[in-house]
Amino acid sequence: MHYAFHFNVVWDHWRDLAEGAWLTIQLSALAMTIGLVVATVCAYAKTAGPTLLRRVVTAYIELIRNTPFLVQIFIIYFSLPALGISVGANEAAVAAMVVNFGAYGTEILRAGIESISHGQIDAAKALGLSRLQTFRHVVLFPAMKTVFPALASQFILLMLASSIVSAISAVELTAATNSLVSTTFRPFEFYFVATGLYLTMALGFRALLGGVYWVVFMRRQRS
Amino acid sequence: MNRTFGLSEFLFIVAAVRWTLLLSLVAFLGGGVLGLLIAILRTTSSRFVRLLTGGYIQLFQGTPVLMQLFLFYYGLSVLFDMQVDAWPAVALAFTLYSGAFLGEIWRGSIQAIPRTQWEASACLSLGYFQQLRFVILPQAMRISIPPTVGFLVQLIKGTSIAAIIGFVELTRAGQLMVNVTFKPMIIYPVVAALYFAVCWPLSLLARNLERRIDADLGIKRHL
Amino acid sequence: MPILALNGICKRFGAHVALDDVSLAVEPGEVVAIIGRSGSGKTTLLRCINGLEVPDSGEIVFDGRQVERSRVGLQALRREIGIVFQSFNLFPHLTVERNITLGPTVARGLPLAEAKERAREVLRQVDLEDKIAAVPLRLSGGQQQRVAIARSLAMQPRLMLFDEITSALDPELVGEVINVLEKLATDGMTMILVTHEMGFARVAADTVVFMHQGKIWEKGPPSRLFTAPATAELATFIDAILPVGADVMHAIP
Repeated sequence: MHYAFHFNVVWDHWRDLAEGAWLTIQLSALAMTIGLVVATVCAYAKTAGPTLLRRVVTAYIELIRNTPFLVQIFIIYFSLPALGISVGANEAAVAAMVVNFGAYGTEILRAGIESISHGQIDAAKALGLSRLQTFRHVVLFPAMKTVFPALASQFILLMLASSIVSAISAVELTAATNSLVSTTFRPFEFYFVATGLYLTMALGFRALLGGVYWVVFMRRQRS
Repeated sequence: MNRTFGLSEFLFIVAAVRWTLLLSLVAFLGGGVLGLLIAILRTTSSRFVRLLTGGYIQLFQGTPVLMQLFLFYYGLSVLFDMQVDAWPAVALAFTLYSGAFLGEIWRGSIQAIPRTQWEASACLSLGYFQQLRFVILPQAMRISIPPTVGFLVQLIKGTSIAAIIGFVELTRAGQLMVNVTFKPMIIYPVVAALYFAVCWPLSLLARNLERRIDADLGIKRHL
Repeated sequence: MPILALNGICKRFGAHVALDDVSLAVEPGEVVAIIGRSGSGKTTLLRCINGLEVPDSGEIVFDGRQVERSRVGLQALRREIGIVFQSFNLFPHLTVERNITLGPTVARGLPLAEAKERAREVLRQVDLEDKIAAVPLRLSGGQQQRVAIARSLAMQPRLMLFDEITSALDPELVGEVINVLEKLATDGMTMILVTHEMGFARVAADTVVFMHQGKIWEKGPPSRLFTAPATAELATFIDAILPVGADVMHAIP
């Protein structure tokens, strides 16, 4: 093995890597937020909506879960403009991530919703709450608390999947790493460090989500 | 001069399905052997072994697949100062990836077998490997089939990433056809449909098997 | 010579003392019923005998030899001591026959044909010969428990342990299991049962051991313990299950 490791080269270009990582974080955070809203709406539709809507949501979920994320990105970025909708790389990335997370998130939330005992719902009905009110106050909150770990894992997976958007020239961490590799010819050092950065971001997100869990779900219990 | 998207272009894409399937199969079988080893190692009493295998799983589950691929394809060739072909690099990367996931799934299945089964077989004076062979693994294998089939779907979708390094499987074939016909709005949905045609039946099979195996073993699972 | 001797067994789980200096000797052919409230340590004591729990101190002497805590030692011990659990713990993926032949063939090296013959014998003993090819899931609780007893019997143990084996059964299924136990007792098997079945203990047990707070509180023949309990704890316990007469309550020191 004649390869000599030069990790200082990575250090010279830290700023590019940091910018890439920052875009990864931004894209992921935005996609997570919107994706969660989409998942909530779809989960409600699937558990409480009319049959036709339920079928549509199911079709959406099956479609997304049985096709690769990369192909979904290509469809949004390359196929949509042909219909007259033009999208920038970052927008397409977020859209694809939202669509993808929505499908998985819906299933996770649905499981949580179905785990709420009927006794709770009956009690709410007896108090005169409407279906939507029941959902908001009696079902959604406990459901989210129950499935939060699964949702958090799915969020992390989303962030890891964001590396794939490098294929459509959104300049997030993977794309930044690639261009640095092509200029410095030091693939091993850069991919090694980039992988380390992803691990760090994953840890960071987990800690952040743990904090969110505590703030949103635990504090209320004490009061 | 653009080519139109005709039959020969379509057949080119369809023919590429076999590379996707071949790569998936190789990675699944290789990963299967690795995963079984990892799963059994994970249940030993040696803390060091468990930490080591745990680290391996964390690494491959907690980092982007694309990064793993880059590391193997570009990193290895520079490291060992030789031209690494796409096939071995990609096969190796996906085998290690599969090993991590299958190892976790199978370890989970082994640990899902109630302690009482270990106790009952121990009290019939069976040794550790006899317990595994006659009582634990047969049951663990049965309940691991649905998530294993589910992972196969994940793997087949995952191989699409190999397109990014130019490996010609289904997605790459689609990209190539888009490059000559400039018709992404037909081609990418066609590619998606082909993935769907392979993955969806497997997903349905997984769900079906899960229901049947639960019934056989008398488990009432809350899906 | 007693077939089993427990000397000074102590066991604690964290701060909770499960067993506090327990000593007990069991003669061959003796039927010992251990009774007491939950948390009195009776199940822990039973599980110490075949190594499912490891006592913190004290010794267990089986057949004149001290029990080794090694893997090999325990394996050898378990060939001689059988156990039946509260929740049967049959192997769901195997037929009744295979459940029973597994131990003898794999652990004792018996040829399969002989093991199958033995399976038929033990199933006859528990009155379930016709279920030999059935799958545990299709059997009632009582039938599963009887298969569990047969499974242990197939190993031809010198001592059988029973951990509240009727507690998880529907009441109407308890009788069939008790019948099997009574037959085993008459046939001379050495049995130690943790049980709530006072009726059975009264009729079939040679010795009743009452445990309370990790200690053996009272021990003796059922005829004495049930009609003339020496301690208030035992009297209260019995009273809660089979109301004793006022004269008995007043006779307690």
